[in-house]
Amino acid sequence: MGIIKAINLVHEYIKRDEDNNVSDIVRALDDVNIEVEAGQFIAILGHNGSGKSTFAKHLNALLAPTEGTLVVDGKNVKDEKNIMDIRKNAGMVFQNPDNQIIASVVEEDVGFGPENIGVPTEEIWERVDNSLKAVGMTEYRKHSPNKLSGGQKQRVAIAGVVAMEPKCIIFDEPTAMLDPNGRKEVIKTAHKLNKEKNVTILLITHYMEEVVDADYVYVMEKGKVVMEGTPRAIFSQVDALKEHRLDVPQVTLLADELRKSGLDIPKGILRREELVKALEKNMAR
Amino acid sequence: MSIILDKVNYSYSVGTAYEVNALKDINLKIEDNEFIGIIGHTGSGKSTLTQHLNGLVKATSGHIYVDGEDIYDNDYDMRKLRNKVGLVFQYPEHQLFETTVFEDVCFGPKNQGLDKKKAQLKAFEALYNVGFPEKLFYSSPFELSGGQKRRVAIAGVLAMQPKVLILDEPTAGLDPAGRDEIFELLAKMRKELNITIILVSHSMEDVANYVDRIIVMNKGQVMYDDAPREVFKHYKELEKMGLAAPQVTYLMHELKEKGLQVDETATTVDEAKQSILRALGR
Repeated sequence: MGIIKAINLVHEYIKRDEDNNVSDIVRALDDVNIEVEAGQFIAILGHNGSGKSTFAKHLNALLAPTEGTLVVDGKNVKDEKNIMDIRKNAGMVFQNPDNQIIASVVEEDVGFGPENIGVPTEEIWERVDNSLKAVGMTEYRKHSPNKLSGGQKQRVAIAGVVAMEPKCIIFDEPTAMLDPNGRKEVIKTAHKLNKEKNVTILLITHYMEEVVDADYVYVMEKGKVVMEGTPRAIFSQVDALKEHRLDVPQVTLLADELRKSGLDIPKGILRREELVKALEKNMAR
Repeated sequence: MSIILDKVNYSYSVGTAYEVNALKDINLKIEDNEFIGIIGHTGSGKSTLTQHLNGLVKATSGHIYVDGEDIYDNDYDMRKLRNKVGLVFQYPEHQLFETTVFEDVCFGPKNQGLDKKKAQLKAFEALYNVGFPEKLFYSSPFELSGGQKRRVAIAGVLAMQPKVLILDEPTAGLDPAGRDEIFELLAKMRKELNITIILVSHSMEDVANYVDRIIVMNKGQVMYDDAPREVFKHYKELEKMGLAAPQVTYLMHELKEKGLQVDETATTVDEAKQSILRALGR
């Protein structure tokens, strides 16, 4: 059984007027079925307002489902007494690193989470050491988070989540505010956690290039899952993605255009090396 | 309207151990109707630079001339400068506060001292110019999608009729279609309203697609100031600064190494496509 299992998940935002009468209902999740196996790296794409973040917020019980079932690590999120366990096992990393850092020294910030759940002091420091190492920030442990770059701050925020030793980390647009280097650092860190610590990763993003190395991709629209498959299968469908207000990596787009112009290039090219190889074959002919 | 920066320096916390030279000897000339992208890693001085252009931050030394007038002259009216140079901050939708979209956009021109009628006219024009649907004029700005909120925020600055519009990462957090829409909108406004657009961006692909001139900031200095294809020729140096070139630029270099005679200065998908097809004799 998967670590995350959503069955016919529905979430409705209910708006009330001054007299507390229901004035509007927005169905942000509409019959979502997603199953994630432990150790997978999953990406969720979708335009602004498609329901991605609403889904993410269910995974650590920040929101409760209106209908349907969501089981995280064998525990139903609807059951109040599971909430603390679920929050421990599903960590979240948000867009803005500045909103996630609270302490004035990096190592104290990373230790805040475990301290809060009553981890013994000695173990806290052990966890802090390991987490900082996992995100490659050990040398900054005594620094003030203020003076770090965006990518470094975001890695500190990730270390704070890692210190809770969750089985699963949900990244909700973690790179939206970062420069190219910061983006690379954060995505690399997510993959490293996935490979080395076997943490299940859910990455929500608007940058198509970041999805290329995921195991499986879900595309959401109007609260529904409208496409799913491997990155290669998803990015082969350039036109369908555009209809969902999405895009493909620049290399994939170029490969698609070249194929339409009559070159012999396979569908679903994701990486530069692949396109170079395909073009070399065209040169040889 | 031209802006000239002459040896502009800016330091934080002068005289303390934490003194930082955020801008070092910046010399720039910005002409009428340009479309400029400023790139640089976090902390490179991009935002500090843009904040100098409308007088939010005052240079420690050096001069800034707007339309030939030194904005640091004692009798220079800063309000005049702020009417000419509009600044749209990062995540501008966080600054929306009125009960309706229309009221929110009226706020700027009203503050400039226009009477209600005129302010409303400016607001109407601005919302029209950012392509905001009329049927949503009187809805709450908080009920809109991310992309629409951002349009409203841009309209709020546009309603003050600036000659230069500066935007700090106008597409951060938007989905790909939203990003394209904002860039298309800026390109259109620049053409139709005849204004200068200066934007700070972390997306090399978007910058390459839309702007005519790129200013690269690093450690408070201008490293490159040229057309996109010239700037991205220095992709190795850019990487050292924590930046990158568009994906296709790397591809073109790799193809050239494999012996395909392509133009390695291509920075957009279209340029790359044409060049590859030509090199293959198609």
